[in-house]
Amino acid sequence: MSTTVENKPVVFTPERLTKAQEIIANYPDGRQKSALLPLLHLLQEQEGWTSPEGMDYVARLLSIQPIEVYEVATFYTMYHIDPVGKHVIEYCRTGPCCLMGGEEVYAHLKQRLGIDTGQTTVDGQFTLKEVECLAACGMGPVFQIREKYYMNLTNERVDEIIDELSK
Amino acid sequence: MATKILTEHINVPGIETFDVYRKQGGYTAVEKALKTMTPEAIVEEVKKAGVRGRGGAGFPMGMKWSFLAKPEGVPRYLVCNADESEPGTFKDHYLMKNLPHLLIEGMIVSSFALGANKSFIYVRGELMYVIRILEKAIAEAKAKGFLGKNILGTGYDLELVVQPGGGAYICGEETALLESLEGKRGNPRNKPPFPAVKGLYQCPTVVNNVESIATASWIVNNGGDAYAAIGIGRSTGTKLISASGHINKPGVYEIELGVPVEDFIYADEWCGGIRPGHKFKALVAGGSSVPILPANLALTLANGDKRLMTYESLSDGGFATGTMLGSGGFIVFDETSCIVRNTWNFSRFYHHESCGQCSPCREGTGWMEKVLHRIEYGHGHQQDIDLLVDVAKKIEGNTICPLGDAAAWPVASAIRHFRDEFQWHIDNPSEATQPGAVYRGDMALV
Repeated sequence: MSTTVENKPVVFTPERLTKAQEIIANYPDGRQKSALLPLLHLLQEQEGWTSPEGMDYVARLLSIQPIEVYEVATFYTMYHIDPVGKHVIEYCRTGPCCLMGGEEVYAHLKQRLGIDTGQTTVDGQFTLKEVECLAACGMGPVFQIREKYYMNLTNERVDEIIDELSK
Repeated sequence: MATKILTEHINVPGIETFDVYRKQGGYTAVEKALKTMTPEAIVEEVKKAGVRGRGGAGFPMGMKWSFLAKPEGVPRYLVCNADESEPGTFKDHYLMKNLPHLLIEGMIVSSFALGANKSFIYVRGELMYVIRILEKAIAEAKAKGFLGKNILGTGYDLELVVQPGGGAYICGEETALLESLEGKRGNPRNKPPFPAVKGLYQCPTVVNNVESIATASWIVNNGGDAYAAIGIGRSTGTKLISASGHINKPGVYEIELGVPVEDFIYADEWCGGIRPGHKFKALVAGGSSVPILPANLALTLANGDKRLMTYESLSDGGFATGTMLGSGGFIVFDETSCIVRNTWNFSRFYHHESCGQCSPCREGTGWMEKVLHRIEYGHGHQQDIDLLVDVAKKIEGNTICPLGDAAAWPVASAIRHFRDEFQWHIDNPSEATQPGAVYRGDMALV
């Protein structure tokens, strides 16, 4: 877990705290730990990543031990346990996408951004991650940025998307 | 015109809204079930329908429901498995995105049949935009009195919660899903006890796939016998097939079980044939975990009959000459596809997605990936093919959950049917590592 960034205390915004309490109320008494994955998504939405301070805060909200949060956050691939850029590109590297030229398009994307998998551009705009199957196999190659899917990718389409997001 | 029981209205504008869905006959199953049927009667109809689990395992849904323990004073749960992550499979994504109310209606009917007052839809976290669609639809259904307290004045209460996952294929395994839903790492549980006895929060639980649950409304409306009349033999009803790869029309198609594989690939109604100028080389019929078949075996059985899109016909001949219907993830390969590279790709997937709980899977998946990587990149050893077969055999059947089998089958089957291609890579490393290099020996193309 990176501690290269300034450690600042994390609290949810009032809106997110209300949302968190609604989520916790979804589960039976004593089973509030079920809210952990949704709350980590909420944390990441606010902070951009699941920071150690944020995870400690979530542990306090749920009255569980911090280690219970860390072990979950590190198990699932969607939680960024290191700081990331403004746009996280999650690129599908799995079979059906590769059949449709996914590897060639990925090579182009890496070249275009000037970074390799797992790295962030110097300007902090883009972080590149590889993910396994995004369940859009008929529309591959595909990548995801936040909640948006970009499908049927080509080199040209990739350039357009990067241009658009760089503005 | 083929019968469509799930996707008949999928192209109606606004079908994702309550009002349009209702106008198309939506939510009549809830009215019928809650007002005129007993839970036992619904379970009976589902049993009669013979519908088999559409997530991949193919276990009869009615039987699963009838196993549910019913101790006094203990809540029961229905959990919808919407953690679709099997490479090649994207039908649940398509169904939930376009027809959220179809799933919600199925959840209400099924929850009533099972005596559950709180049910969960566990959706893979990557599909956050689909989660928003489902949440909106749930709020609409609640506002119209189809969810919440005293539904339609019948005295039945149901809360529906959409739970996002965190990105882990293993959470599609039902006990791993339950662990994840309890806020833990997705490590599968030993069975028994089965979820029907001790599932979510150690309470009796049924876990069903999205597509399975979505059929419940049609079965309530039309009866189990009418459902069983569709399809062939024990493969009753319709199935959503997600078609991808080298075909003219990738997409999700609802078929009546029993369509010949050949028709599904070549008919305009479905995949529309192999892409122009190319030939059919191999098929993965049910998602990446099922055995791969060369074109000739994919189309015909040992006795020369056409292979059909049914649970039985696809598995005809066992793994020697057959495969599985699985999740319906239909991936078509033409002659430009390198089987070694694809097998390495799938192997990398299973290595990445192993939860690491069982040694054969944790170590074996990584071992297979490394060996396949070195063969693909021109550093293969003569004994590597036998080594892969041996490792796959040692994983299969030796793990808590079926992920070990899922990792072993693609490797074992690729070697069974395309051994020459692996050998060619080992014998001709400089040629094999050229960009786009594919073995062109005695490849059986169709």
